[in-house]
Amino acid sequence: MTEFFHAVANYPFMLNALLVGVLASVACGVVGTYVVTRRITYLAGGIAHSVLGGLGLARYLSIVHGWTWLKPMHGAIVAALVASVVIGWVSLRAREREDTVIGAIWAIGMAVGVIFITLTPGYNEDLMTYLFGNILLVTTADLYIIAVLDAVIVAVVLLFYNKFLAVCFDEEFARIRGINTEFFYILLLCLTGLTVVILVGVVGIVLVIALLTLPAAIAGYYTRTLWQSMVLSAALTVLFTTFGLAISYRPDLPAGATIIVFAGIIYLIAAVGNRLARPH
Amino acid sequence: MASDPVIELINVSFAYNAKPVLENVNLTVSDKEFVWVVGPNGGGKTTLVKLLLGLLQPKSGTVRVFGDSASSARRRIGYMPQQAHLDLRFPVTARDVVLMGRLNKGMTPGKFSGADREKVHEALELVGMDSMAATPLRDLSGGQQRRLLIARALACEPDMLLLDEPTANLDRKAERELFKILKKLNQRLTVIMISHDPAFVSDFVEQVVCVNRTVAVHPTTDRDREFIGELYGDSLRMVRHDKHADGDQ
Repeated sequence: MTEFFHAVANYPFMLNALLVGVLASVACGVVGTYVVTRRITYLAGGIAHSVLGGLGLARYLSIVHGWTWLKPMHGAIVAALVASVVIGWVSLRAREREDTVIGAIWAIGMAVGVIFITLTPGYNEDLMTYLFGNILLVTTADLYIIAVLDAVIVAVVLLFYNKFLAVCFDEEFARIRGINTEFFYILLLCLTGLTVVILVGVVGIVLVIALLTLPAAIAGYYTRTLWQSMVLSAALTVLFTTFGLAISYRPDLPAGATIIVFAGIIYLIAAVGNRLARPH
Repeated sequence: MASDPVIELINVSFAYNAKPVLENVNLTVSDKEFVWVVGPNGGGKTTLVKLLLGLLQPKSGTVRVFGDSASSARRRIGYMPQQAHLDLRFPVTARDVVLMGRLNKGMTPGKFSGADREKVHEALELVGMDSMAATPLRDLSGGQQRRLLIARALACEPDMLLLDEPTANLDRKAERELFKILKKLNQRLTVIMISHDPAFVSDFVEQVVCVNRTVAVHPTTDRDREFIGELYGDSLRMVRHDKHADGDQ
């Protein structure tokens, strides 16, 4: 641990890693609570995996076609928003089986990403970074984008907290009260998409879902209202990312995977504890 | 004004794809009436509710609520959905749930006002739950959850209550309490209650509407109690017969 604190104090990339963990926790706690209570984990998974398409395409355009101003994160944001709207629309309107269509979008997004990454000359380690994250590679520029996304997510939730709550709890009733529930549902998915983009830098596409849902699921055991659940789940995410990073530093383990395993263990303890405390 | 019907269905038919659910339904409900809608599962009761709320459009015929189209009138209806449609483990307090009845229309952001909170308090008081405002939904009993959903409907300041299966899975005591509340509310509101459970008979019900693809209306009067009992007997037999025929029970 002392080596970890030494590293944070001396290496800017370690400080960035720590900061991105804290910033990501805000969005993660807020949006994760919605994802868990509204039961849209599978939709969030579809959005997360589609993001690879955007990352791959942006990197391809940047390196092969010289669009150097275009960063992979820009591609990720666009892909996340497009996937959110498409998946939201499918889940509201399509006559097809919802899970089949979302599963297809999930895989097609990934396939597009893999093709563009293969077409792009350079390090293939980038694919591993996108899939499993590398919090140590987060740049100061990324940090600014993440801070802006965080601010957007928190602002939208603060403005429409009551409406999101009503739409998540009882969509039909909210519609009868004159609320455009389809708009708020798709807006919520877009916020989920932006949160996914933030989290990809921390734990990678494959592990995003765990960080989005485990803290909120634990918080659900101990809180009475939605906002309490958001605050506790954000605090838990800070704990998981910070400790995960610290634990992984000395033995040189992948930080993202360590964070997820740590979160998973705490979730198991909380779930078992809750079961024992309430035998019925 | 009082004589104008609050609900008017004229030759209404509805079908999901090719499967007819309701056919040639005619129904009139007057102001401050207490209407009990019964019928077997799959008989079209929920479809009728959705037509009244303007969530579904009839294939043919006219639905008028308060003399207006159903979707324009829906804000004047205090709706209580089937409890089975809700996630009862959702992290909300009783007060949070009732506040949903005070939501602004459209896109306006922002918080609830002091007046909203006052209305919520009044609604909780009306159903005898003002002391439980801070209790999480998941810690309430089945009967309390039903009363809470009625309070949410009341918080909308409605002219009509539309209750979908308010007594499902309730014990007799909770059911009686609920009816006491509804009877009181009926003094100033039209009450329409849907139930597939014909286990109880209430003597203040003014109209029994049997829904099973078609609608049969049994108007009742306060004067003719014996006649009412006979009518209920009829409708009970009819409901049970249909359930049997559907292979429901």
